[in-house]
Amino acid sequence: MHRYILRRLIISIPVLIGITLLLFFLLNVIPGDPVALMLKEKADPDVIARVRTQMHLDDPWPVRYVRFLGGALKGDLGISYKLRRPVSDLILQAFPNTLMLAFAAALVAWIIGIPAGILSAVKQYSLPDHFFMGFSLLGVSMPVFWSALLFQYVFGVKLHLLPVAGFYGWKYLILPAVVLGWSSCGTVARLTRSSLLEVMRSDYIRTARSKGVRELMVISGHALKNSLLPVITIMAMQVAFLLSGSVITESIFGIPGVGRIAIMAIQNRDMPLLQGSVLFTTVLVILGNLVADLLYSTLDPRIRCDR
Amino acid sequence: MEAIRNISPETEEKAEQTLEERLGVPSLFQDLIRAFRQNRMAFLGLLMVLLLTVLALAAPVITPYDPYEVDLDNSLLAPSWSHWFGTDMFGRDLLTRVIYGARISLVIGLVPSFFAMFIGAVLGIVAGYYGGWTDFWIMRLADMVLAFPSLLLAMCFMYTLGATLFNIFIALSLVGWAGTARVVRSQTLSFKEKEFVEAARAIGVKRRVIMLRHIFPNCLPALMVLFTLRIPQAIMSEASLSFLGVGAQPPTPSWGLLVSRGKEFLFSAPWVAILPGVAILLTVLAFNFMGDGLRDAIDPYMKD
Repeated sequence: MHRYILRRLIISIPVLIGITLLLFFLLNVIPGDPVALMLKEKADPDVIARVRTQMHLDDPWPVRYVRFLGGALKGDLGISYKLRRPVSDLILQAFPNTLMLAFAAALVAWIIGIPAGILSAVKQYSLPDHFFMGFSLLGVSMPVFWSALLFQYVFGVKLHLLPVAGFYGWKYLILPAVVLGWSSCGTVARLTRSSLLEVMRSDYIRTARSKGVRELMVISGHALKNSLLPVITIMAMQVAFLLSGSVITESIFGIPGVGRIAIMAIQNRDMPLLQGSVLFTTVLVILGNLVADLLYSTLDPRIRCDR
Repeated sequence: MEAIRNISPETEEKAEQTLEERLGVPSLFQDLIRAFRQNRMAFLGLLMVLLLTVLALAAPVITPYDPYEVDLDNSLLAPSWSHWFGTDMFGRDLLTRVIYGARISLVIGLVPSFFAMFIGAVLGIVAGYYGGWTDFWIMRLADMVLAFPSLLLAMCFMYTLGATLFNIFIALSLVGWAGTARVVRSQTLSFKEKEFVEAARAIGVKRRVIMLRHIFPNCLPALMVLFTLRIPQAIMSEASLSFLGVGAQPPTPSWGLLVSRGKEFLFSAPWVAILPGVAILLTVLAFNFMGDGLRDAIDPYMKD
């Protein structure tokens, strides 16, 4: 087991280095001078040249990349062009909000998705099955920005049940969490359904049935344990997915999280802030996938033997 | 000599049949027809997509309004008989703009997805067939692209390239290939070991020809499913990018942009934001229906 974890960790390192390289190239090849942008029109060329040297923008790219990577490893992601504050401070300040939103959304996805998936599998091709599968397909096909506005309009403007936007307590989290959670509850429901259906076809279930075990017991005592394995592991991935998916939700509901920082950075052409927030989120997603992998191999020893 | 000339028409017909036809193996096209016949949802999806295509193509004929002409006297009118979807803040007929927006969404759905498939197929086959370091580097590149949340990566591309509709094509093509490359590579690996490839190699067919003529056609069914399922993702990505302000710019009637501009009037004129979203929802649903049906028909093992 330890060897597997170690191997999996070692494999992640080149990918991590790769994404920094890819991101660095993507964001550092832009034509246009960030310094001129920062100082606006009034700056004279001498000042621009001096600031460029101060910011090491005239160094060759390998030097700049190594500096960026070294800084990132130490938790230093540079200074925001616009806000003039360390990027890592800004991200760490915003991260708890994003994390809260992601977990609340994941909770919504699981609470609706897992029971819906189980019910759909047990009563395959029945009315509830069609209903829940339709419901989850709707969630997947609905643009998050649109369902967010719809919910704001219905529950905020028309019914006055919940606050429309802002972030001053748990009440403000309900609408964003439902909007974001619905988009991924479809994945959870479909996976639960197909995984349970597959298990229900296996020999040991037939054995249990032929022994005369009651159907409810067959499902809850025998089938569910095995069928929820992939669902549990996808949970870790889902949190990662929701962390990145919160970009739109955060910007609509005005939640000061990492996603909104990324949008703000683009609008202000604030490269270090964009670079930092994208790198931070991507590393989180990679870690989430790693946790999912490890969780799966812990829960299901068969996976480890294969490799 | 005479005997050879007197081949019965029956034999001639048989000779023209391909091996698949004689053995009764369904062709890809027959698989497709079966998919739409058997799966009602897939058929419904197909009908919706066809309807949308007709609407998009015939836009100037269908609607009497101009999608760009500003008429401030009639701004933010509620839906009525003369304006089914109402009007936006500049008095433009919203339904007209949504119909013209369908053109953008369809093209965005098809073109970058096609290029993403193309890049993915080429890299996947090359990686799978050549193996070794070529395989290693291509697949590591794919890993990196897949590691990024796709919307964030597309946003970074848009930051660098600039926020225009055309750049979305480039961004989505460069973001979407990696998943395809993985699938095609694994298929290539299994085809590579099959007898027909071995036979081709044995008679000295060039590697390029083997990849193009022998392996690629066998990857087509999977590519088709991936393509159909990629379309709604691309439409959604464009809408999201335009909504966030890093995609199409006003006055382009992109659906994401329509919702985005409409959100300022959510309190006074909610239809301006809500109705264009319905168009996105229905289109994405239609393509998802089609994709799911195709997947079930072509490859039962790809079912989720």
